[in-house]
Amino acid sequence: MSDLLRLATAGSVDDGKSTLVGRLLYDTKSVLADTLDAVHRASADRGLTTPDLSLLVDGLRSEREQGITIDVAYRYFATPKRSFVLADTPGHVQYTRNTVTGASTAQLGVLLVDARKGVIEQTRRHAAVLALLGVPRLVLAVNKIDLVDYDEVTFSRIAKEFTAHATALGYPEDAVVEIPVSALAGDNVVEHSERTPWYDGPTLLEHLETVPVDADPHDAPFRFPVQYVIRPRTAEHPDYRGYAGQVAAGTVRVGDEVAVLPDGLRSTVTGIDTADGPLEEAASGQSVTLLLEHDLDISRGDLIAAAAVPPKVTDEFDATVCWLSEKALTPGARVLVKHGTRTVQAIVTELRTRFDEQKLGSTDAPDSLTLNEIGQVALRTAEPIPVDDYTKSRRTGAFLVIDAADGSTLAAGLVGAPLPELDGVESCTDGGDAAEPDSHALVSPGP
Amino acid sequence: MTTTALDTLDRLESEAIHIFREVAGEFDRPVILFSGGKDSTLLLHLAIKAFWPAPVPFPLLHVDTGHNFDEVIRFRDKVVAENGLRLEVAKVQDYIDDGRLAERPDGTRNPLQTVPLLDAITNHKFDAVFGGGRRDEERARAKERIFSLRNSFGQWEPRRQRPELWNLYNGRHRPGEHVRVFPLSNWTELDVWHYIAREGIELPSIYYAHQREVYLRDGMWLAEGPWGGPRENESLVEKTVRYRTVGDGSCTGAVESDAADIETVIAEVAASRLTERGATRADDRLSEAAMEDRKREGYF
Repeated sequence: MSDLLRLATAGSVDDGKSTLVGRLLYDTKSVLADTLDAVHRASADRGLTTPDLSLLVDGLRSEREQGITIDVAYRYFATPKRSFVLADTPGHVQYTRNTVTGASTAQLGVLLVDARKGVIEQTRRHAAVLALLGVPRLVLAVNKIDLVDYDEVTFSRIAKEFTAHATALGYPEDAVVEIPVSALAGDNVVEHSERTPWYDGPTLLEHLETVPVDADPHDAPFRFPVQYVIRPRTAEHPDYRGYAGQVAAGTVRVGDEVAVLPDGLRSTVTGIDTADGPLEEAASGQSVTLLLEHDLDISRGDLIAAAAVPPKVTDEFDATVCWLSEKALTPGARVLVKHGTRTVQAIVTELRTRFDEQKLGSTDAPDSLTLNEIGQVALRTAEPIPVDDYTKSRRTGAFLVIDAADGSTLAAGLVGAPLPELDGVESCTDGGDAAEPDSHALVSPGP
Repeated sequence: MTTTALDTLDRLESEAIHIFREVAGEFDRPVILFSGGKDSTLLLHLAIKAFWPAPVPFPLLHVDTGHNFDEVIRFRDKVVAENGLRLEVAKVQDYIDDGRLAERPDGTRNPLQTVPLLDAITNHKFDAVFGGGRRDEERARAKERIFSLRNSFGQWEPRRQRPELWNLYNGRHRPGEHVRVFPLSNWTELDVWHYIAREGIELPSIYYAHQREVYLRDGMWLAEGPWGGPRENESLVEKTVRYRTVGDGSCTGAVESDAADIETVIAEVAASRLTERGATRADDRLSEAAMEDRKREGYF
């Protein structure tokens, strides 16, 4: 039995990210002969003497023409130990939008830096976005190590600086690993390199194969957004009424007392059904159908939760939003909020702060939030909804902000302030050997 | 307290079931594209599991090129009857007969499916269309969303795609627009076969090794049929073959294989050095951007 690791990569095109991903696919033999033939042909057409592995992953015509990656691409590879779903997120075009998308489902983030340049502003911003989205583990691939003559001192300096930054973002030290690699030459990607004898850590693939997959904590309180009510009304099942959904957090057992929110009605779980037969318990990630003791009026949009530890039911809350639309957000905006399986009308009553992506500073009470900006806002919803803090529950602390007029997704929303103390980043690196002390803070102190 | 660890197939199954239920909860008129091929058979199997013990709350739609393998059509009709489903068929042949579409010089009908598909979506007012597409199939598909918004011409606009965050799918669309939904997005070909084995899912017999008269064209073994047969310099030979994909008979090639049951098929797929599209789909070889171009036109 193999398990599944979802990871996201981030880095700019110049760091060689497409080449690294191409290398992983190539060296794990996930690239098949005809695909490789096409890459060889296309490389030769461009006058290259060796195959350009980045061509394996740059998918759209405009991307191949411009030699850049525009959109998040998903890649699949497997070893006997693990299957991997890799969200390959572009570095410089709309990078927040893409990194946020890739990070939202990732259990591990792989960041790339060029060994000649070390940790740069963008590395810090990417790490901060991954931390904000709650990605539990980070890997820094220090790429192009061949271009610094496989120099240990250079690597150690970059590794130390990155660990300091990640620690300031709240990562425990054992959740962060730095690896010296050359995607082009293949050093330490899959095979250990003889040219880095001073490095005794794992290769990138070894690390991906063995890093613990953080199962959602089993002590998290049970959360279950109802997707659909199953009522067959057939001769065989005349009175069957089950609530279909995917366990968003925690564990549920037959006999558990639950609350149905936002109304607050209580009942007891009498059965956990699947097409393969009934279960005694179900955990985070499982799609099941719950049967309850009482005949309640429950429909799509309701949340079934542990009765002892229910989420807060509120129509006013603070949140962090990553703005993903070219249409700017201004105070008083009327939007839709999709939380779990419920979509409600909402008003953004206040913009509290804006973290400027370009200036890397923050502004209190800004006039607007625009594309790729991250900010703290206050929201009021037309009806109360059951919300958890994003840091407590990724699934029930997340929401989409949707444009009611054209249906487009405007923002990724996170209940609460997942990165409240980014001032810690500054204080941590200011005294260190950082080259650009003014550029550390993606996010300034919260309100 | 420990709980059963979910393996890769459990996670993929749970994700697909979640997607089916989201669509059932948010759309008025969904439909499952169903050809009788392995991906659409898997799709239907997952839909049945998602709504058990209730029936699947959607009809099926087959865009029929007319270039079919008999075994597949018989299988399609059997599955529909056994599960009490409703099947709509949109026929490319009808469009050729009345002149709305013209046969292509190469005789391939896969590209002709787009217009009948879009007409069926419009006429039946389908607002969500489930397809069996996987992101591992091809580079343009690697950038496809699970919920893929299509304009009123059915076109895929890469730059208008919505960011897809967590498992919160945004299916909102304007009148005339629809959403293509791909529950198998994160599956690989090998995952599909492992799951078919685990669940004991029946497939059309041509996925397993059998004797067939075939001829060689452009490096592919093609079968004779209503779509034509060998040209002057090509000759029919009897081979032991199987199909890795099932589509328009004029451009879907067989591969030489002795894999007569699911275990040997899995061993063969695991060892194969060709992607299933590269091995057996002439229409994907047309240009480097063939799939992207067809997606922009409204194909899957």
